[in-house]
Amino acid sequence: MSTTPLSQFSIPLLMGNNLNGWSEALVGFNLLGLPLGLVILAAIPLVFIALYSLTYGVYGERKISAFMQDRLGPMEVGKWGLLQTIADILKLLQKEDIVPTSADKFLFVIGPGILFVGSFLAYAVLPFSPAFIGASLNVGLFFAIGIVAIEVVGILAAGWGSNNKWSLYGAVRSVAQIVSYEIPAAIALLCGAMMAGTLDMQKINILQSGSYGFAHFFLFHSPIAWIPFLIYFIASLAEVNRAPFDIPEAESELVAGYFTEYSGMKFAVIFLAEYGSMFMVSAIISVVFLGGWNSPLPNLGSLALNTWTNGPIWGVLWMISKGFFFIFVQMWLRWTLPRLRVDQLMYLCWKVLTPFAFISFVLTAIWEIYVP
Amino acid sequence: MEEGKIVSQSLRESTAAYMIIQERFGSAVAPLDPNETMPFFEVTDSSRWVEIALFMRDNPKLKFNYMACLSGVDYPAEEKVGIVCNFQSLAMLNHTLAVKVKCDRNGGCIPSVSRVWHTANWHEREAYDLFGIIFTGHPELKRILCPDDWEGYPLRKDYKVQASYHGIKVPY
Amino acid sequence: MQELERVGQGSVRVTRKSDKLVIVEKDLATEQMVLAMGPQHPSTHGVLKLECLTDGEVITEAIPCLGYLHRCFEKCCENVDYPAVVPYTDRLDYLSAMNSEFAYAIAVEKLLDIEIPRRVEFIRVIVAELNRIASHLVAIGTYGIDLGAFTPFLFCFRDREIILGLLEWASGARMLYNYIWIGGLAYDVPADFLKRLREFITYFRPKAVELQSLLTENEIFLKRTRGIGIMPADVAINYGWSGPMLRGSGVKWDLRRNDPYSIYPELDFKVVVPDGKLSVVGDCLSRHLVRALEMEESLRIIEQCIDKMPTSEGFNPRSAIPKRIRPKAGEVYSRAENPRGELGFYIESDGKSTKPVRCKARSSCFVNLSAMKDLSKGQLIPDLVAIIGSIDIVLGEVDR
Repeated sequence: MSTTPLSQFSIPLLMGNNLNGWSEALVGFNLLGLPLGLVILAAIPLVFIALYSLTYGVYGERKISAFMQDRLGPMEVGKWGLLQTIADILKLLQKEDIVPTSADKFLFVIGPGILFVGSFLAYAVLPFSPAFIGASLNVGLFFAIGIVAIEVVGILAAGWGSNNKWSLYGAVRSVAQIVSYEIPAAIALLCGAMMAGTLDMQKINILQSGSYGFAHFFLFHSPIAWIPFLIYFIASLAEVNRAPFDIPEAESELVAGYFTEYSGMKFAVIFLAEYGSMFMVSAIISVVFLGGWNSPLPNLGSLALNTWTNGPIWGVLWMISKGFFFIFVQMWLRWTLPRLRVDQLMYLCWKVLTPFAFISFVLTAIWEIYVP
Repeated sequence: MEEGKIVSQSLRESTAAYMIIQERFGSAVAPLDPNETMPFFEVTDSSRWVEIALFMRDNPKLKFNYMACLSGVDYPAEEKVGIVCNFQSLAMLNHTLAVKVKCDRNGGCIPSVSRVWHTANWHEREAYDLFGIIFTGHPELKRILCPDDWEGYPLRKDYKVQASYHGIKVPY
Repeated sequence: MQELERVGQGSVRVTRKSDKLVIVEKDLATEQMVLAMGPQHPSTHGVLKLECLTDGEVITEAIPCLGYLHRCFEKCCENVDYPAVVPYTDRLDYLSAMNSEFAYAIAVEKLLDIEIPRRVEFIRVIVAELNRIASHLVAIGTYGIDLGAFTPFLFCFRDREIILGLLEWASGARMLYNYIWIGGLAYDVPADFLKRLREFITYFRPKAVELQSLLTENEIFLKRTRGIGIMPADVAINYGWSGPMLRGSGVKWDLRRNDPYSIYPELDFKVVVPDGKLSVVGDCLSRHLVRALEMEESLRIIEQCIDKMPTSEGFNPRSAIPKRIRPKAGEVYSRAENPRGELGFYIESDGKSTKPVRCKARSSCFVNLSAMKDLSKGQLIPDLVAIIGSIDIVLGEVDR
């Protein structure tokens, strides 16, 4: 890593490059024979999700939508309504946790859990900085794509277990949608993996670092990379049920889709999962196409911006701000676009995105072989 | 008054339209009431009402293709209930005419024209709901605004509200 | 040992001795599902209930069930004096109360045969057209919500708020005005009203364009509405459609032009019908476009009214109101162009009483909605929502 004074300054704060070593040591920490260290390590991303969905997810979405719609958003609780989300959480905690009489209790209860776990598992392989990754798998990207499919089980359990016709519609729509859109999404990511030549998330990041900053990102490697980038972005919107593909929870059609019957904390958990997967897909797209924790700033002669702004702490900053940028785009789209119809959604997936994904796959392969 | 002239023009048109109907159906229709606000005639032989309706809709000189309104009316003095229909030849001949059809207050019935004008479908259901007029030949004659198990016909002049509905006290 | 049993349409249920039930999924039998859409549903615009028979996402039949907001308006009218009906008419179509009052006032004035001061007519037209814009804004905004676009809704409400503010300034109420009285008005408009009105028109013109660019220039919006719920013109007339619905089917019919009342004959405005370039004539998009373009026509009408309006010198808005409203015996069917179509009042007077013997409101939404059963056949659930939204019902007027 760099040896500039700024980076050196940041190293002791996070124990620098030894963070992974530190976390491995933590894994070995067994208090009274219990794997306490592992639990603490696993809790770090969880704490991050909770904080992020409280602050940026809920509050940010409210404020962003408010500014787009020419209003102020929450203003009453705390300065600029900053404490609004806390108040909401307190409200949700106090709410009665209703399980409908005719619901399938087991499925109804387990649904939000599976949903949450599904969106949370992929965080294990997300590289948050050069020094920190939960599990540095050599098939990290593959794991991230595959694990999303668990969410489908949760949605189906929630929708079917609710024993509500609207929930059932929402669940069936959602399953059809997520399963379909996984194909163009996976092929688009495969293009990125082909450019990198590896499925290891950390290695994909390292391959995109260099002193020219953003110029090393895969998105700017070849003009073809834009196609899988856009395809994956569109497909990821559908995978996390965001507008214009929010048909599983289409308020004006299906009341609230698969979570119509949920209340209290179960409802909150479903929302947490939604915001969790929003960040997850945003993080994946930034890792594969936009360099993940690499600084986009280039070194300009003696002005070594890239060198100064790289490092473990900077990495976390870049990673999270890139993720947040894509979440912002997701919100922006949500508050601008109407919703597609079910059949139009499927048309877009099977007749537009999938063929284009295949074409970009072939083109990327040709580019990688023949263009040095 | 200029406005008066416009109105009498429409009255002339209505009268001309009525003459065609009268010529065809003779004694089945009563003479026209040529007032300025709503010229109307009454169908005395209500069994020929559908026939008259079809004639009014399809005759090239009448072309009453648009039923603006169908209102149920109670006539307690005559022991009758009836309907008042307002017609217009929309975007074709532009003349208007109103028709009244009456039937006995108890057990009387009027043939349904819901197959002639779709508008009549819901309006006749409404008249049945609020006045208790039976429309024979209506595809689904059931209450539309009141609950299905409501008692009585609210817009009749002698209507007394029921004491309770499913255990809820009705008069307040 | 196995037992074969035929179930439904060709599927075979195989029952084994070990109590295990196996369904051989050959020609799997499917059943239709009854789906109650409403009365508590976000996109039925109030308390409409649609009983849908669905085959998967496809609607085989949708039967509207009404009456959840029934207040027996007509019975109320028979028990109060003629002027006291005006507040009740507000509550018919609560999004365009001025227009409802206007229609009722015209009907009774026809029975009374009285002449109205010219300034009153101008003010009536101004407030009615303002209310028409407000009502169309709600229609367009909620239509956006029905299709999943939230932001236009709030843009619409922001602008509608200004109109409501103007009307509140004139009448003292935000939505249910009781402003247009039989034979006159409750009050004259405030001193600077016309100036503010002009300011509003200059403010609103670009905003209407912006609103259009958010919806009708959006490819998804067009895809969701173009060619959906097509109603041919002759069927529309047979169903008794009126207003923007009928014009959306390509019939150039506007009561302000074709059965003129008040001062509309003196005013220059266009009857908007879709040209079929952007939309298929008679579909949801046409109806939406008619509403969107009508707002501009209303602005033009208001501008002309401001220019032509007589001054307020020596003006008493209540000068023509009779001391005792007791029309001569007779009947009248009078109608006016509401934002949602033809609002007609059939009023019967016996000449003796100060109360109407019969007062029936022919509500446009009620009639427009009656075509729902035919329009919804074979549509998808999202299209059903698009169709309901394009009919633009106000349940206060449907159920009365």
